[in-house]
Amino acid sequence: MGYWRFVLRRLLQSAPTFALITVLIFLLVRLLPGDPASAMLGDRATDEAVARINASLGTDLPIASQFLRFLGRLLSGDLGQSQALHVPVTELIGERMPVTLLLAAYAMVLATLISIPLAFLMALYRDRPLDIALRGAFQLGLSMPTFYLGLLFLTVLGAHLRIFPVGGLGRGPVGILYHLFLPALTLALGLAAVITRSLRAAILEVLQADYIDFARAKGLSERVVLGRHVLRNALISTVTLFGINLGQLIGGAVITETVFSLPGVGRLLIDAIFGRDYPVIEGLTMCFAVLVSIIFIVTDLFQAWLDPRVYR
Amino acid sequence: MTENLLEVHGLRTEYRSDGRRFTAVDGIDFTVGPGEILGLVGESGSGKSATLRSILGLIKPPGRVEGRILWRGRDIHGLAPSALQRVRGAEIAMIFQDPMTALNPVLTVGQQIRESLAAHTDLSASDRQRRAIELLDLVGIPAAASRLDDYPYQFSGGIRQRAMIAIALAAKPALLLADEPTTALDVTIQDQIIKLIQRLAAELRMSVILVTHDLGVVAESCDRVAVMYAGRIVETAPVATLFRSPRHAYTLGLLQSMPVGRSPRTPLPFIPGAPPRPGDSLNGCAFAARCAFVGDECRHGRPETRHVGLDHMTLCRRAEALPAALEPA
Amino acid sequence: MTVDTVDRRPNRLQPPLIFGTAILTLMLITALLPQFVAPYDPTRFDYHATLAPPSLAHLFGTDMYGRDILSRILWATRIDLQIAVFSTVGPVIVGTLIGTLVGYYGGFADIVLNRLVDVVVTFPFLVLVIGIIAILGPGLTNLYIAIGLVDWVFFARLARAEILVQRRLDYAHAARGLGYGPARIIFRHLLPNAIGPIITYWMTDMALAILLGSSLGYLGLGAQPPLAEWGALIADGKNFMATAWWITVFPGIAIVVAGFGFSLAGDGVADLLRRRE
Repeated sequence: MGYWRFVLRRLLQSAPTFALITVLIFLLVRLLPGDPASAMLGDRATDEAVARINASLGTDLPIASQFLRFLGRLLSGDLGQSQALHVPVTELIGERMPVTLLLAAYAMVLATLISIPLAFLMALYRDRPLDIALRGAFQLGLSMPTFYLGLLFLTVLGAHLRIFPVGGLGRGPVGILYHLFLPALTLALGLAAVITRSLRAAILEVLQADYIDFARAKGLSERVVLGRHVLRNALISTVTLFGINLGQLIGGAVITETVFSLPGVGRLLIDAIFGRDYPVIEGLTMCFAVLVSIIFIVTDLFQAWLDPRVYR
Repeated sequence: MTENLLEVHGLRTEYRSDGRRFTAVDGIDFTVGPGEILGLVGESGSGKSATLRSILGLIKPPGRVEGRILWRGRDIHGLAPSALQRVRGAEIAMIFQDPMTALNPVLTVGQQIRESLAAHTDLSASDRQRRAIELLDLVGIPAAASRLDDYPYQFSGGIRQRAMIAIALAAKPALLLADEPTTALDVTIQDQIIKLIQRLAAELRMSVILVTHDLGVVAESCDRVAVMYAGRIVETAPVATLFRSPRHAYTLGLLQSMPVGRSPRTPLPFIPGAPPRPGDSLNGCAFAARCAFVGDECRHGRPETRHVGLDHMTLCRRAEALPAALEPA
Repeated sequence: MTVDTVDRRPNRLQPPLIFGTAILTLMLITALLPQFVAPYDPTRFDYHATLAPPSLAHLFGTDMYGRDILSRILWATRIDLQIAVFSTVGPVIVGTLIGTLVGYYGGFADIVLNRLVDVVVTFPFLVLVIGIIAILGPGLTNLYIAIGLVDWVFFARLARAEILVQRRLDYAHAARGLGYGPARIIFRHLLPNAIGPIITYWMTDMALAILLGSSLGYLGLGAQPPLAEWGALIADGKNFMATAWWITVFPGIAIVVAGFGFSLAGDGVADLLRRRE
């Protein structure tokens, strides 16, 4: 019905954004100073070596035809060859992406499990010691860089207390979840700090609404009032923020994977940067942008599902 | 007269803001009989809504409620949450001023009825669905079955208020607290809603406390009326008695400022001044500063309830100085 | 009648602002005059005291070359404060200007800006900055350029929204009615009223810049050795975490304190502006 029409409209709306992303990435690599060939070969490159690289990258063609070639390859799902590893970029990304996606999803679940109960606790015990202490902790947490938090976890919980493994992926679902727990928690805490703060404020606002008084006046249990009436309305404003921060979380994964030595796309990106592997950088950036766009779309659809007034 | 359904004794409700306390309800007593419609009249800020909210325990800390609220002889003030939940909705229901803000915007009307039924009855899911349709039908919503899955924003103002009444009545309460149910509506719709409440009260043998600032509504629909001013009930009487011979200067002023029965283009009398603000400390009658009949005795001490006729009570110490009956204008 | 929940505390300086300003002032003094604050030369090797734990001689211990950690952290304040300021100052000015003009004139520019905002928020900020640095090459200057290329969009979005609000207010109509030119209306009337949230966001943004700068420093993409920068200091010590925790732990605390200072100051300023209204 109305909802599915909204879904379609939202999908169509994202088309120009995808187009712009493509153009932007293409231009970014080509228009910024420092061309790939000499960057790869260093200062002492011979002219024919530069020409060879340029020919293999297609950077000797006029910019318009370069763009057409880029677009054509993109549409056929070809992101080019890694200059350093000599394998298709799609293959590299395909190998590494599951780890990153799992890590991000894991962190998302943890962040949700942390923020919803805490936001309720803080809102219901507003301005009491618990609320004030948690607010201070989150404020501090927001000033803590991901890599530092990760290193602390790794050292204290991993190396010293030996509660968690310090590396590797583990085997089987339980093993993987166990091995990924610390990196996921590292990512989740930053997200949880932002979400909890926003959700707490939203809950406080919703608690003042007439419809909450009406729900109580109907004789609903406090569990139903909070879990159904308050949570759903409070989530509406928080979901968008959640989506935006989830996008940033993908960025945070780059750092977390480096700190915890996980074989995800984040590490791949850093390696590609130091190795000047332009096709890989281009392909990965594209992948990240698409991933985040999908997250935004899902977020909007979820928000519309929560709040029917969005699509009518 | 049979035993009272609801008896309120010495109800005091305080709000707190900025570390200062505001007395919204300042020690009031009243009763509601079975099947009776009691009008609660007063200006905004006189404590009408706070009275209703206090009855159902909806005053949130740091607000505070004192006094006894006897429901069928049992004090429901300060009940444990689970016990209070069995009274709310099932025995005493409440509807609010603005159906737009009082209905949850993200739940369908059907969901909001069914959750009440789930909380108070043992009906199966399909029976709850059937009952929900009956309820929408009962409050006069056309094509009831097709509107269950609509969201509140999809209704017009009047239908929305009907839907709220249907939700409130889901568990067949014996008393309905109606907090200015017509204020947010178009004038043309107001009358329909009042008629609906009257009809439902009669059909379901339900008592009603109808809060309003509109004496016309009271005259049309209520059995008895209590007039509130600055957190106190200043006068209580059967509707006919109150309209014929008010025994409080404030009531008299209210009645005189009604446009009904006056010839067009004559200026309406009004009560000069403004009611005391919550938090103002008062000595004597709260209305003294605005009263045309004020005497020295009015300026000191707290006025006490006086019986001035059958079922007729007033706080006015100069009741005898008022005109014996309101002249038809 | 509803419960009044608006907080109306009297108008006085709030602890967050005082505390935040104090932190930032101390940072500024340290950044300007590290040689007077730091107990040692941060680059001096001391092979008699390598990896020394915190002691009275070296409050925060020493690193693998015997360099004094405290002195290195204090000297690094200069770099990290630079990152906070240099990488945001351009975006604030350019972004505010563009956003203001777009907000005032609207039209096609408005559509373009909105699309651009959509696209930029689609990239994880960090990935975009890393991507640009990948092309420009690692280093502080390139870090400023990379952040600047992306960051102005956020200020433009904010300024545009603020100007749109201000434009609709009565005084703006009055100024137009008086026949003032657009430049006078924008810079004398609209912008001064819209600047509050922009300054508040700038504070937050500087905190973010420090987090980002130190993250890139940690990855080796930001400040290059021998420059002492907090993130790079942490990276120096990461292989010694199990044996010499002090090399990594203390620079991290410096980052947290700096970020905390900026966000407190930001909150304080926001609070002050709210109360002024």
